[in-house]
Amino acid sequence: MGARLDSAASGTANWVDERTSIGSFVKFIARKVFPDHWSFMLGEIALYSFIVLLISGVFLTAFFVPSMGFVTYDGPLETMQGVEMSEAFASTLHMSFEVPGGLLMRQIHHWAALLFTAAIVTHMARVFFTGAFRKPRELNWLVGFTLMILSLAAGFSGYSLPDDVLSGNGLRIIEGVTRSIPILGEYISYWIFGGEFPGEIIIPRLFTMHILLVPGLILGLIALHLFLVFLHKHTQYPGPGRTHKNVVGLPLFPVYTAKAGGFFFVVFGVIALVAAVFTINPVWNYGPYDPSPVSAGTQPDWYILFVDGALRLMPGWLFDVIPMEWELWGYTLSWNILIPAVIVPGLFFGFLAFYPWIEAWATGDRGEKHVLDRPRNVPVRTGLGVALIIFYVILVLEGANDIIATLFHLSLNDLTLFLRVGIFVLPVLGFLITRRICFGLQRKDRELVLHGKETGRIVRHEHGEYIEVHEPLTEHERWILVSYDDIAPLEIAPEYNERGVRRKGYRWDRFKQRLSRFYFEHRVSPVTPEELESASHAHH
Amino acid sequence: MLFPQIGNMGGDWNTKKFAHTMWRKGTRLARDPDGTLIKASDVTIGSAFHVIPDGLNELEHHRIEEKAKAVVLLVRLDPRDLKIQPGREDWSFDGIVAYSKICTHVGCPVALYEQQTHHLLCPCHQSTFDVADGAKVVFGPAKRPLPQLPIAVDDEGYIVAQSDFHEPIGPSYWTRLKHTSDGLNDSSEGSSH
Ligand code: HEM
Ligand code: FES
Repeated sequence: MGARLDSAASGTANWVDERTSIGSFVKFIARKVFPDHWSFMLGEIALYSFIVLLISGVFLTAFFVPSMGFVTYDGPLETMQGVEMSEAFASTLHMSFEVPGGLLMRQIHHWAALLFTAAIVTHMARVFFTGAFRKPRELNWLVGFTLMILSLAAGFSGYSLPDDVLSGNGLRIIEGVTRSIPILGEYISYWIFGGEFPGEIIIPRLFTMHILLVPGLILGLIALHLFLVFLHKHTQYPGPGRTHKNVVGLPLFPVYTAKAGGFFFVVFGVIALVAAVFTINPVWNYGPYDPSPVSAGTQPDWYILFVDGALRLMPGWLFDVIPMEWELWGYTLSWNILIPAVIVPGLFFGFLAFYPWIEAWATGDRGEKHVLDRPRNVPVRTGLGVALIIFYVILVLEGANDIIATLFHLSLNDLTLFLRVGIFVLPVLGFLITRRICFGLQRKDRELVLHGKETGRIVRHEHGEYIEVHEPLTEHERWILVSYDDIAPLEIAPEYNERGVRRKGYRWDRFKQRLSRFYFEHRVSPVTPEELESASHAHH
Repeated sequence: MLFPQIGNMGGDWNTKKFAHTMWRKGTRLARDPDGTLIKASDVTIGSAFHVIPDGLNELEHHRIEEKAKAVVLLVRLDPRDLKIQPGREDWSFDGIVAYSKICTHVGCPVALYEQQTHHLLCPCHQSTFDVADGAKVVFGPAKRPLPQLPIAVDDEGYIVAQSDFHEPIGPSYWTRLKHTSDGLNDSSEGSSH
């Protein structure tokens, strides 16, 4: 097999080389080795759905008219006859009902956007829980983080383009949030909308952002992202022969190229199938934007829900007595908007962006990490990740609280009150429980290594004792269970030196030490060779 | 502006427009969206009307911007249920009250009226306002009551506004209170276009 792969790669390299003389470079790239694991597919799904977005998006630009000028509808749709609407909305209707395949393309584009954002978020979770962001990949984590933010911008700007009631209200919410920014808010609002909301310029501006600026940035950053993956080489899960200094896997060409190429069509096919079967964003049911009507049970796309949920969760009055909007010296400060829509998302995303450094301070480890962690072996990180997810999910649930309340016959207000408490309690509980489970799993691993697997075979000794036969692990199995870093909390130099002079940088060190204790005070160490040795003696 | 490229992006930067709507002394209340006028006798106890100012539909320019500020919800309560707010004794007519329909949270239309409880619910983030008690907040993220539009009935029996709102409608902003004291009660001041 190895020889055949080699000749496939060098054959292609030769063909190109005879025409361009960059053969050795091509061969170098083609021989690049990629480890294999299902979770490495998540990033690929994001990439392929982005390609689907580009292809379907270009089709949409051929028919979409980014203008807020008014027209009176006279197309085939009965319910919209004679209704005044923006050209943006009219062209969306035209595309949906008169252009052959137009509705399918719109649906493909929208479903691809939902998948794109979902794939980015799960990919990010994979990188987080396996520690793939550690040195030297912190920079690429930041690139990925920026891509995630850009995908939200892409989604929101696209969602707003058809200029329907729903997306118009979404824009109005953005306008309201913008206004709450101290001192500059009202001017930022004018700057965005070119004057008073909604004005006539926002759709053209969003259009340019949506089809040029944001996708351009995404494309550039994807290139950088993949280049860095190449440069750093891909991480690998622990296994025999896999170290921080090598990569075990299959060559990029032809094995990976074939797999990936095929997988693109799988992703495209699934999106097309879903788009052909499930309606998404039927704007003709909502109607063109009008500042007056609105209906209950209408949610933004899933990736924006958490902001909407945060806005819903925040009370305007704390305990019905403390106002969350302050009037100070004649100026108005709206905490009820700033906290959920600006401060909380800012802290949440800020924490995510800087997480690699937070953990690096805690470990004090300067080495490069190319072998991934099994999540159980870093209980605090895994617990933090679960806490963040719970926090996020509570906001998403609150964003759909009216639907949940109707579905389960709950009181809307009670549900909100419950989640208002839950947002503080549940993430902490989630952290503690997850950490516990991780410790349990680690102890289980120790058991396995020391005493082997239960076989279910019961043997009776001559003297009448029954024992279950344990089968020792293979080298391969044991490797996976024992090869992880056993990190002790940081030790730092004392505050005063021997001459009683206070040391510079002591506070920073102490902060790092506290962080380190939080991470590593409690831990389950992997089985050492000595332990293994004495355990095996005890068995015989 | 220092940087004309950025400076020109914000239109005329006159954010005082936030504080003015189309309503004037004597502007009649009309049904949204068809613009037919509303007589006090049309408004039975318990009913609710979605209202625009008469003449809005005929505007040549800035119709949507004006509508985004001027929409009003008109309801009639049993006068015994209505707690008249101090200083607003003559703002209602026989149990008929009019409140801005733009949420004081972040600006969605507050469109769902529940007749039994007199509660007005904003579907966006569920701020709930008590129409019987000055549209004060009873639940949700909004902090301020909905601004009230003072109304009266003219000689022909149509419901009319007594003036513009006395405070900026919709979401809060830094200089909101400054705008409030900015000659708003002067109904001769035009909307600034
Ligand atoms: C970067 C990732 C992208 C995301 C997440 C995204 C997302 C969206 C979403 C959610 C919509 C609303 C669709 C609807 O239901 O009508 C939309 C509309 C649109 N998108 Fe994208 N898009 C992306 C890239 C692109 C690109 C690259 C183009 C063109 C080159 C494009 C062109 C359009 C057009 C013209 C519309 C409006 C058409 C309509 O409303 O039906 N998009 N986009
Ligand atoms: S806009 Fe009305 S509750 Fe948020």
